[in-house]
Amino acid sequence: MVQPTIEETRLSTEQAIKTYREGARITDADALVVEDLSVYYETDNGTVKACDDVTFTLKQGERFALVGESGSGKTTLAMALMRLTRPPGHIAKGSVTLNGRDITKLSDDEMRKTRLSELALVPQGAMNSLNPVMRIERQIVDGIIDHLDDDDPKPTKEELQETVRDLLTRVGLRPSVARLFPHELSGGMKQRVAMAIGISLRPKLIIADEPTSALDVVVQRQIMQTLGRLQEGLDASIMLVGHDMGLVAQFADTIGVMYAGKLVEIGPVEEVFSDPKHPYTKLLIGSLPSLQEKREFLGIPGLPPQLIFLPEGCAFEDRCPSRFEKCQAEIPDLFDLGGRREVACHLYEEEAKS
Amino acid sequence: MTEQSEVAENSSPSKLSSFTGTSLRILSGILGNFVVKRFLFFLFVVWIAATVIFIIPRLSGQDPVKEKLLLEAQRGGAMQTGLDEMAKTYQKRFGLDQPLWTQYTNYMIDLSKLNLGTSIAFFPRTVNDIVFESLMWTLGLMGTVTILAFILGTLAGAFLGWPRRPGWLQYVFMPLLTLSAIPQYLLAMILIFIIAFKLGWLPLFGGYSPSTLPNLSWDFVVDVLRHAILPAFAIIFSAIGFWAIGMRGMMINTQGEDYMIQADAKGLKGSRIFMRYAVRNALLPQVTGLALVLGTIVTGQVLVERVFSYPGIGDILFQAIRLSDFFVIRGIVIVIILGIAGATFLLDVLYPLLDPRIKVRNT
Repeated sequence: MVQPTIEETRLSTEQAIKTYREGARITDADALVVEDLSVYYETDNGTVKACDDVTFTLKQGERFALVGESGSGKTTLAMALMRLTRPPGHIAKGSVTLNGRDITKLSDDEMRKTRLSELALVPQGAMNSLNPVMRIERQIVDGIIDHLDDDDPKPTKEELQETVRDLLTRVGLRPSVARLFPHELSGGMKQRVAMAIGISLRPKLIIADEPTSALDVVVQRQIMQTLGRLQEGLDASIMLVGHDMGLVAQFADTIGVMYAGKLVEIGPVEEVFSDPKHPYTKLLIGSLPSLQEKREFLGIPGLPPQLIFLPEGCAFEDRCPSRFEKCQAEIPDLFDLGGRREVACHLYEEEAKS
Repeated sequence: MTEQSEVAENSSPSKLSSFTGTSLRILSGILGNFVVKRFLFFLFVVWIAATVIFIIPRLSGQDPVKEKLLLEAQRGGAMQTGLDEMAKTYQKRFGLDQPLWTQYTNYMIDLSKLNLGTSIAFFPRTVNDIVFESLMWTLGLMGTVTILAFILGTLAGAFLGWPRRPGWLQYVFMPLLTLSAIPQYLLAMILIFIIAFKLGWLPLFGGYSPSTLPNLSWDFVVDVLRHAILPAFAIIFSAIGFWAIGMRGMMINTQGEDYMIQADAKGLKGSRIFMRYAVRNALLPQVTGLALVLGTIVTGQVLVERVFSYPGIGDILFQAIRLSDFFVIRGIVIVIILGIAGATFLLDVLYPLLDPRIKVRNT
């Protein structure tokens, strides 16, 4: 492999965007419509609003990235979309419409069948998302078998083995990996297995929850390329959950920024990066280190609020440089600025009306 | 390994040394084998333990032969004379007059032939005979009961630690957990008092009715089973709680694992997640526990067997200690050691099959 020169490494933001995209195929059809989704945790001290009134739409073939700091509700939202919220957490209200069906209304067994076949989770595979006492082969096959209907013909052992071989090859692994146990694989290989499981039933939506954390940058790049290729092959949509802004900039079409359990800004990646609207997004993007200029790291002063004692107004109010009276009193709605740009900030109320 | 033998073959022209090289390679191959290594370690443990139990009774300074004769003399009232000569004769008979070193070598030779000697308290029966007979009673009861308690307790714990269990289950298992807090011998006495004494449904004590002789008839089998019920329950009830608590804890730990969330995300059936993902992983420490407990069941439940006067090895051990019967004590202790070391050996050999992360390295 030829090492890139320093000049080549200094890609501008525009160049960096879409590195993983080969052919944009975003259609107009809605793949996922999330409306007012709220996930609350009931505790002895009160209700923790881990995810509050989240509304967004994902188009078929779109790559949507959900970013935010730890504890902002990204993973809670991802789990709620899979209906995997564990007690004491519960989906308090809202609807999740996947391919025209509201999955919050499905029975438990219907929901079980929907997982993996329509929406799949690609977890942080580098950690221990694989059963340590089971061969890779078995872990892939399990999901396939449990989605067979009673009247489906039972696949033979050879057919299943062939499927496993094919899946492993598609994620860039040798077919012999099938016979191995998870502890015999490297972090990157485990992540690939996690992807192979995720695509085994050709889902239309893949939720990738920080698929590259705990991996080094070279492997990160390979994993994201594989993920992008798989998504385009399946003509699926992807929701990428993460906090690596650089990765998001290169991978996603659309970005959603979460803060304290709320979506505060949504928009096409290029526009959000070049012209952020929400004060939090501005500070967030401003804090990214840059190769072009060497300067002090910038942070956002203060801490996010505790989700159990949320302020009456905007959750970002006490850290916001552009706050005014209304911010303390009223929670801003998500204002539509046109061109798929939405922002939850009182500053844009007028702009949205016009 | 191959390199070494090649060197040996090249450096020496004679065929003999090449033969030695090959056999050496085979020998070191066998010694390097994990199972063989473990087995040698097992023998070593047994040898050390056998030596310790040879020395300890001799440090007590008691003379078992004299004790026994004095006891007989007190009972009989007569035969006060000639006690010393008799003691000497018996000491010769048991080889106790020989120097310690000779006693030790004889003991080791006998032991290697699995000959545990002759009992003093139950003279002239051999220790092998006594231990074997009581072992059958103990293993028959304890072996069955231990495995039963393990299965029931582990299942109970697995369900208790499973968030999607039916709600009524906790009302069934919680009393069992409470029951396990009662010591087994106390539970045994309560059972005897209520079921055997007050209600008279089951026999009070023993392994079989005193009026019958052991045989293979149907009546005798029923009789033995009737005698086994109460001790079995006393042990099962308290052991279930032990297994259930351990398993419940492991199940709860397993719930937090990423692969459990992923199993749900894969849309697997609840029963598969329960058995193949949760129980399968939570079971590993339980199996270790079972192997260790299986090793100790040969000791029997000394207290429970005493309470029921059950003719098991615990009862015999109790009598042997009371009568300072060195040979029977030693025999039983050796059986215990063989049991524990054997169980550990089996565990070592079998565990890699259960948990692939534990690798056997044949180097």
